[in-house]
Amino acid sequence: MENLDALLLARIQFAFTISFHIVFPAITIGLAGYLAVLEACWLRTGREVFLDLYHFWSKIFAVNFGMGVVSGLVMAYQFGTNWSFFSDFAGGITGPLLAYEVLTAFFLEAGFLGVMLFGWKRVGPGLHFFATVMVALGTLVSATWILASNSWMQTPAGFEIIDGRVVPVDWLAVIFNPSFPYRLVHMVLAAFISTALLVAAAAAWHLLRGRDNAAIRTMLSMAMWMLLAAAPIQAVVGDFHGLNTLEHQPAKIAAMEGHWENEPGAGVPLILFGWPDMAREETRFAVEVPRLGSLILTHSWDGQFPGLKAYPPEDRPNATIVFWTFRVMVGLGMLMILLALWAWWARRGGALYRSRPLLRLALWMGPSGLVALLAGWFTTEVGRQPWVVYGLQRTADAVSPVGAGQLAVSLALFVIVYVAIFGAGVGYLLRLIGHGPVPHEGEHPLPGGPGQPRTPARPLSAADDETVFTATRS
Amino acid sequence: MGIDLPLIWAVIILFGVMMYVVMDGFDLGIGLLYPFLPDKTDRDVMMNTVAPVWDGNETWLVLGGAGLLAAFPLAYSVILTAFYLPLVLMLLGLIFRGVAFEFRFKADEAHRPWWDKAFIGGSLVATFFQGVILGGFIQGIRVVDRAYAGGAFDWLTPFSLFTGLGLVATYALLGCTWLIMKTGGELQARMIALARPLTWTLAAVIGVISLWTPLAQEAIAARWFNWSNLPWFAPVPLLVLATVRQLLRQLDGEPHAAPFVLTLFLIFLGYSGLGISIWPNIIPPAISIREAAAPPQSMGFALVGALLIIPLILMYTAWGYYVFRGKVEPGEGYH
Ligand code: HDD
Ligand code: HEM
Ligand code: HEM
Repeated sequence: MENLDALLLARIQFAFTISFHIVFPAITIGLAGYLAVLEACWLRTGREVFLDLYHFWSKIFAVNFGMGVVSGLVMAYQFGTNWSFFSDFAGGITGPLLAYEVLTAFFLEAGFLGVMLFGWKRVGPGLHFFATVMVALGTLVSATWILASNSWMQTPAGFEIIDGRVVPVDWLAVIFNPSFPYRLVHMVLAAFISTALLVAAAAAWHLLRGRDNAAIRTMLSMAMWMLLAAAPIQAVVGDFHGLNTLEHQPAKIAAMEGHWENEPGAGVPLILFGWPDMAREETRFAVEVPRLGSLILTHSWDGQFPGLKAYPPEDRPNATIVFWTFRVMVGLGMLMILLALWAWWARRGGALYRSRPLLRLALWMGPSGLVALLAGWFTTEVGRQPWVVYGLQRTADAVSPVGAGQLAVSLALFVIVYVAIFGAGVGYLLRLIGHGPVPHEGEHPLPGGPGQPRTPARPLSAADDETVFTATRS
Repeated sequence: MGIDLPLIWAVIILFGVMMYVVMDGFDLGIGLLYPFLPDKTDRDVMMNTVAPVWDGNETWLVLGGAGLLAAFPLAYSVILTAFYLPLVLMLLGLIFRGVAFEFRFKADEAHRPWWDKAFIGGSLVATFFQGVILGGFIQGIRVVDRAYAGGAFDWLTPFSLFTGLGLVATYALLGCTWLIMKTGGELQARMIALARPLTWTLAAVIGVISLWTPLAQEAIAARWFNWSNLPWFAPVPLLVLATVRQLLRQLDGEPHAAPFVLTLFLIFLGYSGLGISIWPNIIPPAISIREAAAPPQSMGFALVGALLIIPLILMYTAWGYYVFRGKVEPGEGYH
């Protein structure tokens, strides 16, 4: 009993801390890429707006990055504090992957972050751009390693079990395990989409308030191009991801679809809405489209795939949760495609910057990327249960031998601190966004104080962009 | 195969933890010194001396954890379980101080004092519990069947509380001498004045811990007072004395980087003394680096990366410090 409580508390704690953490990295990944693009545009065209936008978003990036780092630090230790049997069992594989993440990504981000944020007048523009690119690269490399690790836990490959512990035999097979390519692409796109929606919402907020300038328009336009490119691809990638899951984790798919058993010879319907009931072993109140399930998952009219009843009850993931988180993600994904198409259509004649219904939708959809991203992770992770390493170690066998008391105390502390600290942080983020990009912010990138020997990166006259640009480069 | 993987990995992890103590030590130390300097301009300058580098400094702690998981998963799981509560408190402390770097400059006048306190409190809690974990580690961890077998508060002893305080003094001196190097004028003068009592405190802490450690653990006592080991240990106390003397003498003149370097050397001495006392165990008192080692395939794979990339990391980290070299003046910074 004691151990069951401990298990539940450890799971809640992990889900809570990782859910906070992942929001920040997603924005970090997206904004780092955005900043690199902005700086490249500025270097190429010399147009002031790009520099203004860079300075505006880099402040937001800095606050967000700080929160990502401290919440990530907690994650790196939680494997040992809460999941010590998992660490001992699978550390031979997840350990080196995490070590590579630290070596190739975290140090890279941290090493160049200082120059990126504080180095405007200490290095030339070329070197500064290099620092921004390195930070952006670091965030992508980081995602690659941690997703290799997570995907290996979902679809383990390239290992043997010796003396009750995992031993890697083929590192390429470990890293490029069956679900890794799908998960990596899907997650990185999710990060870009989430960021684009936030940027668009910020622009829409200012435009709705009648604040209009070149920088605000540029950011709305860039965000909508990003969304138009990424959201449809995301749906296609998601489809492939699902097919891959059907092959390697069919029980998860059955739970996502609320699918209990096959009728002999008949196609599987797609349940649009309903309430999968684990105790009654059926999906109640189902609204379904005949045969569509077969069509999507087997690409044939009457193909079948196993239902939940094909698995013993103790091996079934919780379909009630997974069914709904999956639908939240896909539903929001469809909305995003609609928004992107509408914005594309509204570009003609400049309605993009004026249409109030469109701007209002963009504003309300601001957080939807992050919501979809979390819903996706809940689908993936809850759908993996009851395993922590799929088919190899059950979550119940992974939890540390710590008492429920310690776990309860630490969980309470995490909840209090996270809500207070990250709540304040999000408040600061919103306030920074509320200030909006200020024209000519780039001219005073570093308000120097008294007694500060300054060599301004740019002349302080409002010269035309061309001369400013050459002056900067010389 | 001829390559002693557990040995090499133990050295890498020792190096990583050493780097962490050295680098995050001085920026945690700055938080510890905040209470002595209530003025806003001073505090801005102090924070700006580390703002561009603190994240990199903290990454060494992540490397310590990840390296331990990669090379010695058993040690990672046992040690982290044994120090569950102090670790959680340390992490929470690091959260408070980590966000303070950004929040402090974003907050309005009314809220800045709050983040100042978060910075002080976070630094203090993180440092203290790092020291407590160190002390608990020296005392040893009870392991049965590859799992931690002790209670929730086994780490809580007078000795570990003392090492906690000891680490506070250590980081404070490190932060103080860092500021002597990185600032000028009034602020620097105050740091020079503060460095003297801190040096004496640290010397006393080292003395007490050196006497207490063999009393707290018989195995260490046996090792220290074994005649064949003596040549290894004998130079350490002498070097400590000489360094303290040199440090105090430097403070009388017009110090720049020397006090910082000497403090680093002092810490290095204490750390090596600790290493000699525990070697070759990774979970004192009984589990050696060989018993806790990961499969050779894991250690080997990670080692390739470590050996290739750590030199690169050191290079661009050094470049980062070079870009931000020199004294920090009031008003400098990007905020
Ligand atoms: C898809 C991306 C992704 C995912 C799934 C995770 N992280 Fe993360 N993490 C990042 C992407 C990222 C990042 C983008 O690299 C961060 C975010 C902000 C930052 O500073 O770096 C980061 C920061 C970050 C840090 C601080 C690094 C530093 O000191 O600079 C640590 C220790 C971790 N993470 C560890 C973890 C662990 C143990 C995870 C799994 C449970 C995890 N992260 C999930
Ligand atoms: C980044 C977004 C992520 C989110 C939002 C997320 C969410 C979750 C959730 C909700 C659970 C609880 C499932 C349950 O117990 O029913 C869980 C479990 C777990 N996840 Fe993730 N996860 C994420 C990424 C990762 C990554 C990258 C890893 C490892 C490299 C990981 C490792 C684990 C482990 C070890 C558990 C076991 C604990 C448990 O089952 O409760 N997760 N995660
Ligand atoms: C629109 C159609 C979409 C489809 C068909 C789809 C499909 C899927 C599937 C099948 C999974 C589960 C993978 C598994 O079995 O483990 C998944 C996970 C996930 N989804 Fe989606 N998705 C869509 C849209 C989105 C959107 C818009 C976002 C975020 C902006 C998103 C973010 C995620 C994330 C973060 C995960 C967890 C990580 C992973 O397994 O890749 N998805 N998605």
